[in-house]
Amino acid sequence: MLPVNQGSDFAGEVDFVYMSLFWLSVVLFVGIVAAAAYFSWRYRYKPGRVTPHQTHNTTLEIIWTVIPTVIVTAIFFWGVNGYMKFAVPPGEALEVQVVGKQWLWTFEYPDGTRSVNEIHVPVNKNIRLVMSSEDVLHDFYVPDMRIKRDIVPGRYVQIWFHANANAIGEHISTCAEYCGKGHSDMHAKLFVDTPADYDKWMATGGTEYLDYSPEAWGKIQWDRKGCSTCHSIDGSASKGPTWKGIWGTMVKLNDGKSVLVDEAYVRESMMLPQAKIVAGFDPIMPTFQGLLRENEINGLMAFIKSLK
Amino acid sequence: MEHTLTHGTATGEHPKPEKNYLNETTGIWSWMTTVDHKRIGIMYLVAVSVAFALGGTFALLVRLALLNPQHTLFGKHWVDAEMYNRFFTMHGVVMVFLFIIPSIPGSLANFVLPLMLGAKDVAFPRLNLMSFYLWVLGAVLGITGIIGGGVDTGWTFYTPYSTTTSTGVTIMLMAAFVLGFSSIFTGLNFIATVHKLRAPGMGWFDMPLFIWGIYATAIIQILATPVLAITLVLLMIERNFQIGIFDSRIGGDPVLFQHFFWFYSHPAVYIMILPGMAIMSEIVPTFCRKTIFGYRAIAYSSISLALLSFLVWGHHMFVAGESDLANVVFSGLTFLVALPSGVKVFNWLSTMYKGNISFETPMLYALSFLVLFSIGGLTGIFFATLATDIHLTDTYWVVAHFHYTMMGGTAIAFFGGLHYWWPKMTGKMYNEFWGRLAAILVFIGFNVTFISQFVMGGRGMPRRYFNYLDQFAPMHMYSTIGSWILAVAFVTMALNLLGSLKFGPKAPANPWGGTTLEWETDSPPITHNFHDQPVLLHEPYDYRHREVTHV
Repeated sequence: MLPVNQGSDFAGEVDFVYMSLFWLSVVLFVGIVAAAAYFSWRYRYKPGRVTPHQTHNTTLEIIWTVIPTVIVTAIFFWGVNGYMKFAVPPGEALEVQVVGKQWLWTFEYPDGTRSVNEIHVPVNKNIRLVMSSEDVLHDFYVPDMRIKRDIVPGRYVQIWFHANANAIGEHISTCAEYCGKGHSDMHAKLFVDTPADYDKWMATGGTEYLDYSPEAWGKIQWDRKGCSTCHSIDGSASKGPTWKGIWGTMVKLNDGKSVLVDEAYVRESMMLPQAKIVAGFDPIMPTFQGLLRENEINGLMAFIKSLK
Repeated sequence: MEHTLTHGTATGEHPKPEKNYLNETTGIWSWMTTVDHKRIGIMYLVAVSVAFALGGTFALLVRLALLNPQHTLFGKHWVDAEMYNRFFTMHGVVMVFLFIIPSIPGSLANFVLPLMLGAKDVAFPRLNLMSFYLWVLGAVLGITGIIGGGVDTGWTFYTPYSTTTSTGVTIMLMAAFVLGFSSIFTGLNFIATVHKLRAPGMGWFDMPLFIWGIYATAIIQILATPVLAITLVLLMIERNFQIGIFDSRIGGDPVLFQHFFWFYSHPAVYIMILPGMAIMSEIVPTFCRKTIFGYRAIAYSSISLALLSFLVWGHHMFVAGESDLANVVFSGLTFLVALPSGVKVFNWLSTMYKGNISFETPMLYALSFLVLFSIGGLTGIFFATLATDIHLTDTYWVVAHFHYTMMGGTAIAFFGGLHYWWPKMTGKMYNEFWGRLAAILVFIGFNVTFISQFVMGGRGMPRRYFNYLDQFAPMHMYSTIGSWILAVAFVTMALNLLGSLKFGPKAPANPWGGTTLEWETDSPPITHNFHDQPVLLHEPYDYRHREVTHV
């Protein structure tokens, strides 16, 4: 009655407790039903049968109070032991920010990579999820990892897991705290990746860009990566040249030469900003070498092109 | 010591009275203004039965919506997530507040508690009627809310969803608030009655165990329900005036609401189950024709369950944002609940040992209870255990678990008690064949419906889900088919009972050979219950000097 997949070592421990309780329950249940069935048959109604006046039996009653006490005490400590492993995250862990909102999940990595309804984690690493909600209660539940925690608006809650080699592949994580109309559609895919696959995922920077047109994605990058601090998009003056209407024109540089604003020039300006300085501006732009992914550069190109 | 009842009320000593509580006065007005606990019990019985039918209809709709992953019926798409969310919310609200909580105390206990004590009525008959009318007011509010579009928060009304949804939350909260007072009045009345109106010679440990169970229930009703009232009022104020107590956007704490809510709603679980256990302790000795085993242990276990019920609310919140220390403490306290529950089961089993057991309809329900409640209790251990709770909570596992206790426990015991006291209440015998058949069908239908839910929950199917993965489709289908078997069983039961009113043979005063005082008066009883004051000279369930009867 459990998910087939044991995606974490914690899952293995939980399942062992679960199966132990399951068989203990089966034994007790079969005992109770067998006794009831046997008594029902053995002492079925016979006219004139006289029943003994047994009011109590102190020894028996002490036995069936003390034995369950010992059993449940043992189960209690066992359960606490397992819970503590779940509750206390290890010091060394990859941290991913999780935001739940009606009705989707967003994930953000330490380098700013973001994705929606899709989270990739490397195998055999401790993963710590720092979770918050933008509206109502949600709950991040990964059945294959046997982990679950409510996300309370106004608080940060955390959960951690360590995906093992069995877990490489796709898992489902679901919202387990009722949150309205789309509650049952609030799933995310959790991919446990080999180190190589994980690096590839990080290199493309998530899947968020797929949700936008290149122009819209470029505009988001203009805002997010800080371009907007110096480059206006409405023609107004700022610390750098405005992007409005710049594409395809010849701009004058401070050494007197001119250059055509095309893909090659724009890319060079991002990566080696000191190579060519537009006349009238200071050489203050930092390099974006290594800070922009291909899809972000392409988006910015498309965005600048669109600013007629 | 002579172990007989001096009752002076046996039917032989007086000429058969023409009049009883049902026909002494007639007309609708005589019922609406009655202060007779028996008539109020009957009115409660009708009321909670209607509520059960309504809540059951919503349950059937919930199951029907989940019949297949496409949500189609005869190829037609008929339900969406918003409708489904209303179905399960209304099922929960109606079943909890309108059915389970008032069911046994309001109907059966109202009828038999004064009879069992040898009293003429409850201590405060007018308060008793007031309690019923508050139930009616609560029901009217609730049904107005349902007609007005319903509510989609789940019966738990968790914030901040409940403070922000556009559905009619406020009227439902008002309904639950009013119903709470109905419950408080009933509890208050029973406590006073048990303390003051016991028959001469009846000490605390001479009371039938049913009384102990209802007394323990009443303690919870008067101590826990006010907390619900406060919580609901705060929620209404938060929703309508945004004072910032539960909504984090304006400085409140959603988890605080959960603490308040479960501080009532966990004890409420025992308001539901203790009366069920109380009925078990009557049916089992009667049909085993043997004294109850471990009387004091059962009585004390009822009281200890009532007290423990106040200390374990946090186990509903192990993953909800409670501190780890609180989780550990609540887990430990929760395990204590297993002990008195186990004691009761062992005592009922021991009562069967060397009994003389017959299997009329009430006993079949009692055996059902024993099996289903054992499953409900044992699966509770998985939630008390912190490590397994994390995976199982908020899934179908918990849905199945609490249905095994609430329905497999309380509702089954209610039906057992209903068949047990039906001859006393109506003066008519129902048909034993159809009664037994319905009991067996309930047992089968119930297990088909809910065993499949354990399987789904363990595999990670969250509760309150409209759309589900295809892998769960077969189990959802079994569960829905089970709900149809249950529907057939309940219709059979209802037809049999209602039919007995017209076609049933007249019931004798004591059809089952019971030993408690309610069997010493006529069926149905006269308006003042007993012809003379009954006096008790021996402990309950003493079969040593009784004629053993068998129908």
